[in-house]
Amino acid sequence: MTTPIERARHVIVVIAVLALGALLGIAIVGIPVGGQGLALIAAEALPDSGVSNPVTAVLLNFRAFDTLLEIGVLLLTLVAVWALGLRLPDAETLPASPLVNTLLRINLPLLTMIAGYLLWIGATAPGGAFQAGAVLTGVGVLMRLNGVLRLSRSVLRWMAIAGLLMFVAVALAMLAWTGGLLQYPVGSAGTWILVIETAATVSIATILTALFVGQEPGPREERP
Amino acid sequence: MSPASFYALIGVGLFVIGFYALLVRRDDLTRILSINVMGSGVFMVLIAAADGVGATVDPVPHAMVLTGIVVAVSATAFALALSLARERAQ
Repeated sequence: MTTPIERARHVIVVIAVLALGALLGIAIVGIPVGGQGLALIAAEALPDSGVSNPVTAVLLNFRAFDTLLEIGVLLLTLVAVWALGLRLPDAETLPASPLVNTLLRINLPLLTMIAGYLLWIGATAPGGAFQAGAVLTGVGVLMRLNGVLRLSRSVLRWMAIAGLLMFVAVALAMLAWTGGLLQYPVGSAGTWILVIETAATVSIATILTALFVGQEPGPREERP
Repeated sequence: MSPASFYALIGVGLFVIGFYALLVRRDDLTRILSINVMGSGVFMVLIAAADGVGATVDPVPHAMVLTGIVVAVSATAFALALSLARERAQ
């Protein structure tokens, strides 16, 4: 089956990988513990950030530019996948049954509500646009698997770019208002963060669901 | 050994397992999966690095991981689509 050369190569790979693991392990253990990192700086600036959840504060205030670019990366991925022009056969949908239909009827609104809750709670506790977007993606995938997901191409496109558009619009508005890109005015930062997050949630869910579908719907057809 | 460095070492282990599979496996699907396993290892190291003294947790690595997960998912989707397109072309 395997030639001696292949076996020798495999041994070399195993040794190299183990050596890499040992090196990384030593490096990790060697990192001085007890460092505060940026925790203290973030904690000090937290009252000015408009939210009380430090992770949301970092994502949408202190390092909001990163998040803006990340939404751009998401959109780029969708464009790239659509550009491949895959022609996928119609995916099998789950067999229609009273049980599945009833479950969906209960679960889809519930999941949508949970997504809204996660979006809202992100200001004070773990949650936010990404978590809400992930749950909404679950809604989209469930709908897709049951063949009830129907969106026209233009609506889909607008939903996919809504997050980036809103993010850039707010960034430019802040630039004109306070002189700093994404530097929110004192006192209203929480509102702007919620505005951006709401649009971002819609876009994240739309893009991830569209990536699951894998191809762009035709101009006037229903979404496949 | 503190719990944080334990988790960081597990993260290194995941990274190494993924890297090994990336090197020795030939098919696209396994390679895409192994890159994901490597990514999970990196996320775990970052989360472990966020552990501070006492109750202070560094939110910056948490935000990076949150961002990273979404980017990793979309990059995986693109990789799968590319793989499918290549398979179709052959």
